[in-house]
Amino acid sequence: MKGRALVLRLGRERVSLRFEKRGLIVGGVLAALGLLLAAFALTFGTYPIVVSGIVRALLGGGDEMARTIVVEWRLPRVALALLLGAALGMSGAIFQSLTRNPLGSPDVIGFSAGSYSGALVVILLFGGGYAETALGALLGGLLTATAVYLLAWRGGMQGFRLIIVGIGVAAMLSALNAWMIREAELQVAMSAAVWGAGSLNGLGPEQLWPVAVTLGLLLPPILLLAPAMRQLELGDDVARATGVQADRTRLGLTFLGVALTALATAAAGPIAFIALCAPQIARRLSGAGHVALVPSALVGGFLLLSADLAAQHALPVQLPAGVMTVSLGGLYFLWLLLREGRR
Amino acid sequence: MNEFAPTGLAARGLTLRYGERVIAEHLSLSLPNAGFTAIVGPNACGKSTLLRAFARLLLPQAGSVVLDGRNIAALPAKALARRLGLLPQSALPPDGITVADLVARGRYPHQSWLRQWSRADEAAIGTAMRATGTTDLGHRQVDELSGGQRQRVWLAMVLAQETPILLLDEPTTFLDIAHQIELLDLLADLNAEGRTVVAVLHDLNQAARYASHLVAMKDGAVVAEGPPGRIVTAELVETVFGLPCVVVADPVTGTPLVVPKGRKASVIDAPPSATPASVPAPADSSSAAGPAGPLNRPGSSCLARKPHHA
Repeated sequence: MKGRALVLRLGRERVSLRFEKRGLIVGGVLAALGLLLAAFALTFGTYPIVVSGIVRALLGGGDEMARTIVVEWRLPRVALALLLGAALGMSGAIFQSLTRNPLGSPDVIGFSAGSYSGALVVILLFGGGYAETALGALLGGLLTATAVYLLAWRGGMQGFRLIIVGIGVAAMLSALNAWMIREAELQVAMSAAVWGAGSLNGLGPEQLWPVAVTLGLLLPPILLLAPAMRQLELGDDVARATGVQADRTRLGLTFLGVALTALATAAAGPIAFIALCAPQIARRLSGAGHVALVPSALVGGFLLLSADLAAQHALPVQLPAGVMTVSLGGLYFLWLLLREGRR
Repeated sequence: MNEFAPTGLAARGLTLRYGERVIAEHLSLSLPNAGFTAIVGPNACGKSTLLRAFARLLLPQAGSVVLDGRNIAALPAKALARRLGLLPQSALPPDGITVADLVARGRYPHQSWLRQWSRADEAAIGTAMRATGTTDLGHRQVDELSGGQRQRVWLAMVLAQETPILLLDEPTTFLDIAHQIELLDLLADLNAEGRTVVAVLHDLNQAARYASHLVAMKDGAVVAEGPPGRIVTAELVETVFGLPCVVVADPVTGTPLVVPKGRKASVIDAPPSATPASVPAPADSSSAAGPAGPLNRPGSSCLARKPHHA
């Protein structure tokens, strides 16, 4: 065990912290890659700006044009891709941990679809702004989570049953969403459909701040519950026998996980598969025997930023990032289904 | 490890139920301090349920479980987990977890956000792994271990919890006979160090051999309790399990050894010469077999190991 972890002990053992070395290295590399990709994304586009120009623009210098493009257009989008990707990655990590199954991700078990329904209702009925849409997405997600939990409850919670029920609920909600868009007025339906593909197009500073602040508020309670979440992966009996308040922990984590999904859905529409892939990639990279939150967040951010860059520039036509994640993530999903099915 | 404060765990007027189904009513039972208590009884007699109530995994409908005179329902979760450890019947390790990582999870009730890895944690994990002989498995993944190794790793996790009281729900299930004895010997060692050991066991002979205090249950009630040598009689086994048998002295330990009669006369007709010479000649010694005799044959009557959740 020694040599694999870095232990910090302070104040006559009143404080002792432990970091897995591999986790630290993987985290550092992922963060560095994310920042590099972000820097690249800032320079890249129809109006290329060199790195020194970016730095000058960020510091408030340089010419007006470059400053507008970097600070007003590209930076918010890049930052949002990282933050929303991180939110989706963590949300996936939470639900995969709670269901003890790599398929138990909010985009598979219907929570994302529920968030989308909630947001759609708000947009179609009230034509709401970001805050209203976000609230609708949160309520939709929570309602769906409650429904899925209740339908899957049989005197106890079993991860796989929850996933099967969730997939069914997700299918019904997708039908509902399609119906809502069909019934809406053309103008509203068009904008809802564009947003519904999952895209960072048109996001700016006015979305960045609410997202950053909300994420900052959600992060501390999530990290606080992380040890109990890890313990719950041992099963309810062992977790409770070692001092975890299982029901309370699960309730708290479910709320936080849904809030993370709702945050991303409200800003960028339903972006599938980041929540599904990121935790598993993070787990394989960090070699941890549990679903790790911080690496999942880093991988999620990196994935969404890559998907958004690819969607913007890889093809002659601009695609929504959601289309990118669906097509790439879909392949992973198939592989995962086949692997789980064989067990 | 030796200096555990005096403890006492007791059930007072417990009524336990799963939904509508009543498992036990007005059950009272004191577990001797620093003793090795074995709880035995036929399938579905409520012994595992009782153990779950002792560990606060099941809240009683009425009555209470008391630890040192205090109702455990009032204790904070982590405080209780520092006093009481439980090895559940079927625990599933998460995918890809290593042995060292799993054992370290036993330290959860001693840890907090600011106290993630103290020297005491390290020492307890080391001791637990040495006691269970799992030190060399540290970097292995739990998935790839054999059943016997896996059970020892789970036990190491519970030992790392450093609780003065250990509750074990059928710890020998799924183990072969050699590993069963190995595990029971280990529990006896832990008990000798001063821990209170409470185990639900399905093998009456092993229970009689290892326990200092035996509790026999039937239909959610305690039928008899006391030292095995005093309470295990053919009548008791007949009452509790409905099994005609003879009770002889265990040729190794002298503790009661239950030999079922069964329907097949050929078993009883076995030549008396099969009896080992060391048997201290009890009344019915003609039918005594070796300590690992026909009792442990899979599928044989009520003493055979049983599947999950009775």
